[in-house]
Amino acid sequence: MTGRELRNITLSAIVLALAALLPFLGNGYVLSIGITIAMFTVLATSWALFSGPTHYISLATAAFYGLGTYVVAAGIDHLPYWLLLILALVAGAVAAALIGLATLRLSGVYFVIFTLGLAEMIRQIVSWAQNNWGGHRGLYVLTDITEEILYWELLAAATAVYLLGWWIGRSRLGFALRIIGNDEVVAAHSGIDTARAKVMLFIVPGMVASLVGALLAPRWTYIEPAIAFSAMLSFQVVIMALLGGASRLWGPLLGVIPFTLLWEAISIYFPNQTMLLLGIVFLLIVFAIPRGIAGRAEDLLRAVRPRGN
Amino acid sequence: MDILITGLLLGGTYALIAMGLNLQYGVARIMNLANGEMLVAGAFAAFWIFTAGQVSPLLSLVVVAPLAFAGNWLIYRFVMLPLVRRSRSQGQLEVDSILATFGLSFILVGIMLASFGGDYFTYSYLAVPFDIFGNTYALNRVVAFAVAVAIGVLLCLWLGFSRSGLAVRAVAVDPRSAGLVGIDVVKVSAFAFALGGAVTAVGGALISTFLTMDASIGGLFTMKALIIVIMGGVGDVRGAIIAAMVLGLAETAIASLIDPGLTLAAAYLLFILVLLFRPQGLFGRRAS
Repeated sequence: MTGRELRNITLSAIVLALAALLPFLGNGYVLSIGITIAMFTVLATSWALFSGPTHYISLATAAFYGLGTYVVAAGIDHLPYWLLLILALVAGAVAAALIGLATLRLSGVYFVIFTLGLAEMIRQIVSWAQNNWGGHRGLYVLTDITEEILYWELLAAATAVYLLGWWIGRSRLGFALRIIGNDEVVAAHSGIDTARAKVMLFIVPGMVASLVGALLAPRWTYIEPAIAFSAMLSFQVVIMALLGGASRLWGPLLGVIPFTLLWEAISIYFPNQTMLLLGIVFLLIVFAIPRGIAGRAEDLLRAVRPRGN
Repeated sequence: MDILITGLLLGGTYALIAMGLNLQYGVARIMNLANGEMLVAGAFAAFWIFTAGQVSPLLSLVVVAPLAFAGNWLIYRFVMLPLVRRSRSQGQLEVDSILATFGLSFILVGIMLASFGGDYFTYSYLAVPFDIFGNTYALNRVVAFAVAVAIGVLLCLWLGFSRSGLAVRAVAVDPRSAGLVGIDVVKVSAFAFALGGAVTAVGGALISTFLTMDASIGGLFTMKALIIVIMGGVGDVRGAIIAAMVLGLAETAIASLIDPGLTLAAAYLLFILVLLFRPQGLFGRRAS
């Protein structure tokens, strides 16, 4: 381990420890925003692990999230909670593998379109199944998990995602994906099984989003398809990750914090204009900051520091 | 029989919408995910003109089409063209245009929500029974189908037999070579994008005569148009028409036999089959 890595790890550990102290402020509103930020950090970072190097824009987050939520909602009366979390991970991985196998062999456009309507389609099927066999629309999830525990669970998940991302970045898979992202033809010619590498990596955001959905299920108490499979979630994750910068592990965090705060403020003062905000930020990303805040920050640092340092 | 005719009537309108998207993606090379919002805007315009002035939706097309044409031309010129100019590869342009059109679609939804609110809107136009082979159908569906077919045929004739249509087809095949033989690619692309938007808005105005819509329903129509274009093969008008009919039939069959809430699932089923077995489109040839 080099000195630089040691320094980064120490810094991250300090930030994590400070973040873990948030519930002791005793302010419920601050804590609920903290949960939202932690949730989007986990989702956006895991999203960027796949979409950063491959440039495939995945809008499947809401589908996986809803899947995890429903695993918990359907099984909470029968199985212990920890087992359901594992089941949610497995379900997310299997679903991601199937979707990846069907779409990732083709060009990026097909993948985007397929994931675009995925959450809505699963919502239709779940609603239909519940209407016909479930007898009622919603499911209750009653646990004794408090907001504080939920927050710490999400922090732990975030830590796991960062460690996973760091490990993938150093592994053969991460190296292969960087080559695919730069030029897929070159990657295929140098003996990389590009479809396999992409499917393997797509499983990561699928698993993580499903787990986050399972973790947050107790917060809703009452689960129905429209809550679990809200397509807006996918767009929020994409926009936060791109705003922060998807090419760096810590990039999405820089997008999550300002965007969550801005979203919160807009929903309070102009509740009907969140759509407009999303649209404007999308255009801003494309035209002004294509590499995100992280890319901008790096340019600035490079300009300040002399070369060769 | 009932399903067959209702499905085909629906498919006719879908074909028109898909033709609009095909012009934008096949010729101007912009994957326009704000397509459905343009459709809803057309529907809103028809609704507004009908309720405010009692003007027939068919007559309002005279206003809707040029407005949509102008709006889409401006979008191409000021939003898309800078992206086309700066992109170094087709992949880069695809990612950029997907994100930019997502942005546009949210902005359009935001504007429509602000100006019309989030309520469903519907109006009664030609809601009288019409007889086909002993079964009755709503006349507005039949009229919408007829108008869609008429516009579609006109478009095909123009594309196939006119000099400007030939230029559009040339750009669709290969923009660089088209430039070499003296075609102003930027102008033709802007024209095709604007025309595609106008066709989509007209489709929206037609659909509004028989479907209930709201400001945020556009995404659903984008999805359907995309599936039709992919199923038919990008840039393939004949394939798109057949794919639209197939989708109209499949949706109507699922809606009347199983559950009306499952129409998107029907579309997805077709989509998955196409992706697995014919990713190049129904009549497309496999790229070498």
